[in-house]
Amino acid sequence: MMITAGVDVGSLTGKALILKDSEIASWSLLPTGADSTVAAGKAIDAALEKAQLSLSNIDYVVSTGYGRQIVPFAQRNITEISCHARGAHWLFPQARTILDMGGQDCKAIRCDDAGKVTNFVMNDKCAAGAGRSMEVMAELLQLPLDELGGLSLEIVAAEVPISSTCVVFAKSEALSHLRRGKHRNDILAGVCEALATRVHSLLNRVGIESEFVISGGIAKNIGIVKRLTDKTGLTPRIADEPQIVGALGAALFAEEILQRERQI
Amino acid sequence: MIAHYGYTDASGEYYIIIDTDKCDGCEECVRVCSRGVFELALDDYDKAVARVKEDVVKSIHYVCPGYGGKCINEENNCHKACPYDAISHTW
Repeated sequence: MMITAGVDVGSLTGKALILKDSEIASWSLLPTGADSTVAAGKAIDAALEKAQLSLSNIDYVVSTGYGRQIVPFAQRNITEISCHARGAHWLFPQARTILDMGGQDCKAIRCDDAGKVTNFVMNDKCAAGAGRSMEVMAELLQLPLDELGGLSLEIVAAEVPISSTCVVFAKSEALSHLRRGKHRNDILAGVCEALATRVHSLLNRVGIESEFVISGGIAKNIGIVKRLTDKTGLTPRIADEPQIVGALGAALFAEEILQRERQI
Repeated sequence: MIAHYGYTDASGEYYIIIDTDKCDGCEECVRVCSRGVFELALDDYDKAVARVKEDVVKSIHYVCPGYGGKCINEENNCHKACPYDAISHTW
C-alpha cells in the first residue's frame, strides 16, 4: 500500500490531492490567501479529512506551484511545468500539448507519450493571458467570475475589439465601451477573444499537437475554451476538476520517487 | 527539453531558448555572459543544466541585449561558448 500526496500552492488557490495505490482518494481546493505555508497546511488538512487519514499516513509528499519551496511537510518540490504534464498525461494518456491557465500565469507545455516535458514556455510576467485578467473584467462589469465565459458567447450586436497586450489597457477600453453604451456581452466577447489570441500565440511557440488538454481555473471558462477550440482546430480535453491537475502530477511524482527508493 | 525563458510584450517577443537535452552542464555560458543571465540548476529529472536565472526571466529584455545586438560582435558570447549549440534567442 502506497499513499502519497501532491500539494500545489498556486498564486490564487492551494490544492492538495491524495493517491492511494495510484487511485485518487481525495482532493481539496482552497484560496491561498496571504501565506503559502498556511495555505498548504489547510489544503492538505482538508484532503486528509476527506480521505479520513492523517499526515503520518502519507508516505511521501511532493509540493509544486509558486509556493512549493515553503511547504514544510513536503519531502521534495517539483516545478508545476512537470507536474501539470504528468497529471494531464495520467488523465488523458494521448495528451501531447497542455495549456495550463492559472490565476497569475499561463503555461504551454509539450510532452511525449510518457508524459515527460519536451518543450515549454511560461508567461508569468503579464496578467494578459492569465485568470487575473478575467477577475479584473468581472469586477469592472460587476458580474460573478463564472458567468463571464457563457455571456461572452451570447453576442447581442457585435464583438467589441479589445487590445490583447495589456490588461490595464483592456480594462480602460472596456470601460470606455461600457460608457458609450456597448452591451457587456459584446465587451466580454472582445475580452475573451483577446485573451484567447494571446494564449494561442503562446501555444504556437511550442507547437500544438493532439491531444490538447487545458488545465487550471480558466478551463472552466467556456468562452475561452470555445475560442481556443476554433483557433487550434482541436477539441480540448478538460478534466472534471481542471484545477487539481498540478497536485495530481505532484502526487504521481511522489509515487514514482517512493517506488524507486523502495527498490534500492 | 526545449525551455523558453522570457515573455512577449507589445514591443516584441523576447525569449532565450535552451535545449536541455543538448546541455551537459559545462557552465561555459554561465562564465561567459557579462550580464549574468545564466545559472546552473537541477531540472525536475535531476539533471544539472543551464537556465536563465529566475529573477532575470521577467526582465530579460532589459538584462540581455539579444543576439542580434551587441554580444554577437563581442569576442565571447553564449552562442560561441556553448559547445552544443544549445542556446538561441528570438531577438
